[in-house]
Amino acid sequence: MYTQALNTAETDDRGLEDAGKAAQFQARIDAEERIEPNDWMPAAYRKTLTRQISQHAHSEIVGMLPEGNWITRAPTLRRKAALLAKVQDECGHGLYLYAAAETLGSSREELVDAMLAGKAKYSSIFNYPTLTWADIGTIGWLVDGAAIMNQIPLCRCSYGPYARAMIRVCKEESFHQRQGYEIMLTLCRGSDEQKAMAQDALNRWWWPVLMMFGPPDATSQHSDTSTKWKIKRFSNDELRQKFVDATVPQAQYLGLTIPDSGMTQDTDGHWRYSEIDWTEFKQVLAGNGPCNRDRMAARRKAHDEGAWVREAAASYAAKRAQRQTAQAAE
Amino acid sequence: MATPNTPLWEVFIRSRNGLAHKHVGSLHASDTTMALQAARDIYTRRGEGLSIWVVPSTAITASDPAEKGMMFEPAESKIYRHPTFYEVPEEVGHM
Repeated sequence: MYTQALNTAETDDRGLEDAGKAAQFQARIDAEERIEPNDWMPAAYRKTLTRQISQHAHSEIVGMLPEGNWITRAPTLRRKAALLAKVQDECGHGLYLYAAAETLGSSREELVDAMLAGKAKYSSIFNYPTLTWADIGTIGWLVDGAAIMNQIPLCRCSYGPYARAMIRVCKEESFHQRQGYEIMLTLCRGSDEQKAMAQDALNRWWWPVLMMFGPPDATSQHSDTSTKWKIKRFSNDELRQKFVDATVPQAQYLGLTIPDSGMTQDTDGHWRYSEIDWTEFKQVLAGNGPCNRDRMAARRKAHDEGAWVREAAASYAAKRAQRQTAQAAE
Repeated sequence: MATPNTPLWEVFIRSRNGLAHKHVGSLHASDTTMALQAARDIYTRRGEGLSIWVVPSTAITASDPAEKGMMFEPAESKIYRHPTFYEVPEEVGHM
């Protein structure tokens, strides 16, 4: 569901590579050709994509935690079935993305180990808690809504396996956003307490959701090369503005107030939002968000407790293979 | 400790009767039974298929993209292999 601009500065090693090959590569990108796993690519392109796709995959997997928190407490069977299906989808999205990342040469195990060791990042949004049922509605409506804004342009990303994975993800994502909005609509048409619960969730999630689009263009470190390589088609601020413009009328329909008293609509129809508190974003990325430690602990626990399953499956497969070899020899 | 690697499989799905199996992606599993079950869970959650093939990724031999000029040029220069290369008078009708 979620990708985020988490780029950090990368050393530029293009000078060491064959300039002719690099120029040919750029010409293919400029001609809108897709790059496939066995094609020649600059080392920095490979590295950037491995980082971006694996972070995206980690985000899908960690993203199951805040929502999984509510599966046993969903208010009706209908909501419970939908939430289960959604969380299952997030797992599937994580797996498509790990597979896409692996085509660049790192194994899934290496990628997962890097995440568990705290060396690879995931989207900052999952370090916020889901305190009430309205948070589940808000996540579907806003977090998935923001993810869709980010992911639609990625369906045209220059790297074939990533673009194809994103097409599948985007098809499934629309259900997530609609079920979230439906939860919000039901709460907003309910009792005063229910509506207040919806407003409270919006108040808590609004700013973190805007941060999902990554740092402002003026300070973003890596956008230039990503844009040149057609990994990124729109800037962080462009996508954020699109999201805000799409979301304000949806909030108005619900009768909810966006927690930004400085918000105004300009003559072109764009909704202008107030300054975002980037210190909070940096703190959450640095590991100091409300749930960073919980999320990492939950992932490590699941990984450790699943070790015996992986071991058992591997030794069963080895035993079967051995038996087959023995039978073949007879 | 580093996690030991689980084998990689390529997944092919036939979406409807009469269509061919099509590559949809890959997954990790320790054996064929688990690969099939995982393929069902990962790639057919919304009725995408009637049949699944899983193939160990190591069993695939791929052509080298760097050689694609040499590999496919012979087909491109032989335009007489296409029906539109031949002239048939209009009076003859559709052929």
